Amino acid sequence: MTAAWDFLTTAANWSGTDGIWTRFTEHLFYTLLSVVIAALVALPLGAVIGHTGRGVAAIAGVANALRALPTLGLLTVLTLWSFGLLTGQLARLGPSIVVLVVLAVPPILSNTYAGIAAVDPAARDAARGMGMTGSQVLLRVELPVAMPLVLSGVRSAYLQVVATATIAAVVGLGGFGRYVVDGLAQQLYGKMVAGALLVALMAVIGDRLIALVGRFLVSPGLSGRRVREKAQEAEAGFAAVPPT
Amino acid sequence: MNWDWLGRNSDRIVDLFVQHAWLAAAATLVGLVVALPLGAVAFRYRWTYPPLTTLAGLLYTIPSLALFVVLPGILGTRILDPVNVVIALTVYTVALLVRVVADALASVPEAVRQSATAMGYRPVRSLVTVQFPLAVPVIGAGLRVAAVSNVSLVSVAALLGVEQLGSLFTEGFQLNFFTPIAAGILLSLLLAVLFDVVIVLATRLSTPWARAVPSR
Repeated sequence: MTAAWDFLTTAANWSGTDGIWTRFTEHLFYTLLSVVIAALVALPLGAVIGHTGRGVAAIAGVANALRALPTLGLLTVLTLWSFGLLTGQLARLGPSIVVLVVLAVPPILSNTYAGIAAVDPAARDAARGMGMTGSQVLLRVELPVAMPLVLSGVRSAYLQVVATATIAAVVGLGGFGRYVVDGLAQQLYGKMVAGALLVALMAVIGDRLIALVGRFLVSPGLSGRRVREKAQEAEAGFAAVPPT
Repeated sequence: MNWDWLGRNSDRIVDLFVQHAWLAAAATLVGLVVALPLGAVAFRYRWTYPPLTTLAGLLYTIPSLALFVVLPGILGTRILDPVNVVIALTVYTVALLVRVVADALASVPEAVRQSATAMGYRPVRSLVTVQFPLAVPVIGAGLRVAAVSNVSLVSVAALLGVEQLGSLFTEGFQLNFFTPIAAGILLSLLLAVLFDVVIVLATRLSTPWARAVPSR
């Protein structure tokens, strides 16, 4: 523990290509890229599934299968494959981002779908009665009402990705995982612990930040008790996957 | 698939499989044993429910690799010690199951609880012989999730050199050799399915009344 403290309080460890700032920027870059791509895939898909009610069983099946799949195995297989197909930085980055996106899609997808499916039918009927078209109902009623759940899905995805991006250091990616992997190779326990603490810190702070952003994104008309309780229920429902 | 390699290394692969199964099973069982009383407390004394579940949620935000690395420093164990892995996964299992157990107990009908009291059952006996058995289906569902994700998480410990199926991933990667990785993935999926089946069977066997009446 003291060795980790020494590592964190040594000024030289904060700058340079292996410095904490560089590793943080890398880690943040992988995380944001993966979560944004996953959201671009999962939000429209989840919205359509929730709106039409089709494909629900398929989603549940895929989510369960993914839970059992070992992340490390997926990461090593895809990276070895891409070494044969691609060259340079893309060969290292590509497969890791694919794995991170694959992990980030299910929580966002299932929460978007569940949030929209849980919209009060009376609200949907009222929107129809006001003359809204199907897509208007989706964009102006269903999605805003589902927003608390969607956000909790994004938080799960973020936590999953931050944790797994650490593991990607094994296949040559940067980020805080480097400290853990290199520290082990160099027998520097302090460095490993410092890396682990930095990742945990990044996970917790990011989680709080997304929750904070959520307060501004969720319509004030929704912040009533019922919605909050529903969001908590859903969070319980998807807390299912611990961070890799 | 290089079958020769598999044949030559079958002894080691079996060892890794057993070790993997042992690590995941130990964490799941210990986690369940710890979560049962904690969940009962969270259910019985409602004011403990929010802080306990918040703490559990917070534990869930800690990446497993970070926990594997930091635990030896806290516990004074060696970094290669498999105990670190078991304890880390136990922490996640407890975090998941405390809420499940509390919610499962809440799903037991109030009339049943009152009947037990009326028959002279004291609180602890009512809990152990009436309420826990009736809560088994819900707890079992939570346990399935915990067990399957434990199987998947154990492999991460290969990064620290703790031997189990995950070791096949790191070795295969270093040797640029697909066979061990494919074997590792298939075996850990197999293990996840095995655990799932065992829990489903145990749930069915311990709730014979669920099948006494044909379902609607």
